[in-house]
Amino acid sequence: MEMEKITKIVVLAKQVPDTRNVGKDAMTPEGTVNRAALAAIFNPEDLNALEMALQMKDRIEGATVHILTMGPQRAADIIREAMFRGADGGYLLSGREFAGSDTLATSYALSCALRKIEPDIIVAGRQAIDGDTAQVGPQVAEKLGLPQITYAEQLISIDDKEITVKRRLERGTEVVVSSLPAVITVNSSAGECRPRNAKRIMKFKYALASSELAAATPEAQQFIAERPYLQIVEFAAADVDPDPTQLGLAGSPTKVKKIENVVFQAKEAKCYTAADADIESLMVELISSHTLG
Amino acid sequence: MNNVFVYIEVEEQTIADVSLELLTKGRELATTLGVKLEAVVAGKNVKQLAPELAAYGADTVWVADDEIFAPFRTLPHTAVLVGLIEQQKPQIVLFGATPVGRDFAPRVSSALHSGLTADCTELVIGEHKDPKTGKEYTDLLYQIRPAFGGNIIATIVNPDHRPQMATVREGVMRKEPQATPAAGEVREIDWRPMVKDTDLAVRIVERHIEERKIDIKGASIIVAGGYGLGSKENFRLVHELADVLGAEVGASRAAVDAGFTEHERQIGQTGVTVRPKLYIACGISGQIQHTAGMDGSAMIVSINTDPAAPINKIADYAITGDVNEVIPKMIKYYKQNSK
Repeated sequence: MEMEKITKIVVLAKQVPDTRNVGKDAMTPEGTVNRAALAAIFNPEDLNALEMALQMKDRIEGATVHILTMGPQRAADIIREAMFRGADGGYLLSGREFAGSDTLATSYALSCALRKIEPDIIVAGRQAIDGDTAQVGPQVAEKLGLPQITYAEQLISIDDKEITVKRRLERGTEVVVSSLPAVITVNSSAGECRPRNAKRIMKFKYALASSELAAATPEAQQFIAERPYLQIVEFAAADVDPDPTQLGLAGSPTKVKKIENVVFQAKEAKCYTAADADIESLMVELISSHTLG
Repeated sequence: MNNVFVYIEVEEQTIADVSLELLTKGRELATTLGVKLEAVVAGKNVKQLAPELAAYGADTVWVADDEIFAPFRTLPHTAVLVGLIEQQKPQIVLFGATPVGRDFAPRVSSALHSGLTADCTELVIGEHKDPKTGKEYTDLLYQIRPAFGGNIIATIVNPDHRPQMATVREGVMRKEPQATPAAGEVREIDWRPMVKDTDLAVRIVERHIEERKIDIKGASIIVAGGYGLGSKENFRLVHELADVLGAEVGASRAAVDAGFTEHERQIGQTGVTVRPKLYIACGISGQIQHTAGMDGSAMIVSINTDPAAPINKIADYAITGDVNEVIPKMIKYYKQNSK
């Protein structure tokens, strides 16, 4: 690589509600997600993506890794988390205009921010656990006119022109080479993310996004003003020059018509205990009905 | 014009099951709408697949036959689909929610600026009234899917954009040939003007296809283990019971996430959908995430310490007890009473 050239790697990450623990107030009456009611975590496959991005940085002299996330102010938490694990910094894309976005409106907003950042490589988790759609990575690639490699499992090589990656297929694997810039989406079968580093926690724990900084004490503001590495860039919608008709609920072609909470249809189950006689009678019944054997 | 399109996925001259399942569903939708069902296939030597596609109801088979389309690569397939959709203006386009469909359908939707709903479990034609504008729509595609970790079922519509696009997982819809085959008229796609040089930016340098070792979809009996097993060691019990019964081993997402077993065994919304004649759920609580993939089983036996576990609401036989105690007893009494 040329020494002057800094390779910019951007990881698309999402703070997601922990869908494993969902309560009744999880949805608003309009059918969108009530994020305030849920524990927020770093989307698991985005951590795999961060690890692959950090491996690229390890192989390219002077490369940087930044997180780009769209979400409310508290989504800055995942940028700090990524900094503790090795990222250099991040961008928070935040604003009311983005509320209610479907995957297409989300991809559009992210692509507007990426046009400002001008990364050389974009890495993202395959999918987020709150939607499981796997659409945003490929849609961002299309919006930017870039090639995509999905389901990446292993980084094989990278230089300033090309990337070689092993990707997972439905049955088997494939090694592909793409020109750069490109969008890479990473599978959970790729390497686990390196843990937080104690020194980095000490260094970056006071990193704040602009709106968080505005609410901080004058002393904290002074402290951060003197340390640019603690400044998380925050973009409002206007900062990324979007076409407003393509943002948020209004810019989303898909509409939620109806939401139903899942209620099981009760049917009568025959109940048994773990006692020997019970288990034996069940097995005899399954054998005699030819369900077994 | 404004017909129903189904993208046909082909691996080594074989049509994916999900594509035939989608043709079966697409036939039903096209008949309801009074339009044609059209299959779209890009690959090498794929023209010969037309009779099979006709048997599943395809009135037209659009073909792009060239080696640049095989094996599958995102950009050339996207270019052909986008080009053909712009030309033919179908109202509905369906894709399998396979790694291939999930890779390039989002790209197609972005290029056309039209919505795509992932992993639908039901597709129905219906009407819609916009709650804000009061505008009324007829003959929309209801795209029904579990969302939010399976805790809700959402009905999605695309009122103002065309085509309406959806992906559906393999095994979710039934696959059934038509009583009389459709015409299956082969039409060549004029793809050369659609594919640009930049669409060849990604090269495949090596490809390794594994034999499918685990076949839970085809199994008539499945013994599935959940997080309730407690450890990878205890998960062995599930294999032991499956071996004795001649069954295949499945698992819940929680058990796979905990590392008890391989990802290929995951049953549910984000795994495989199965319909065996007997399903034995061991230490599985029965979140919708899981039951969405197995509630079509002919008979369900559940083993759970909690008598109020949701799985018991769909079970035919509910055993309340510790799986680590119950499974060895099932093995013992099966051996004693069979034959």
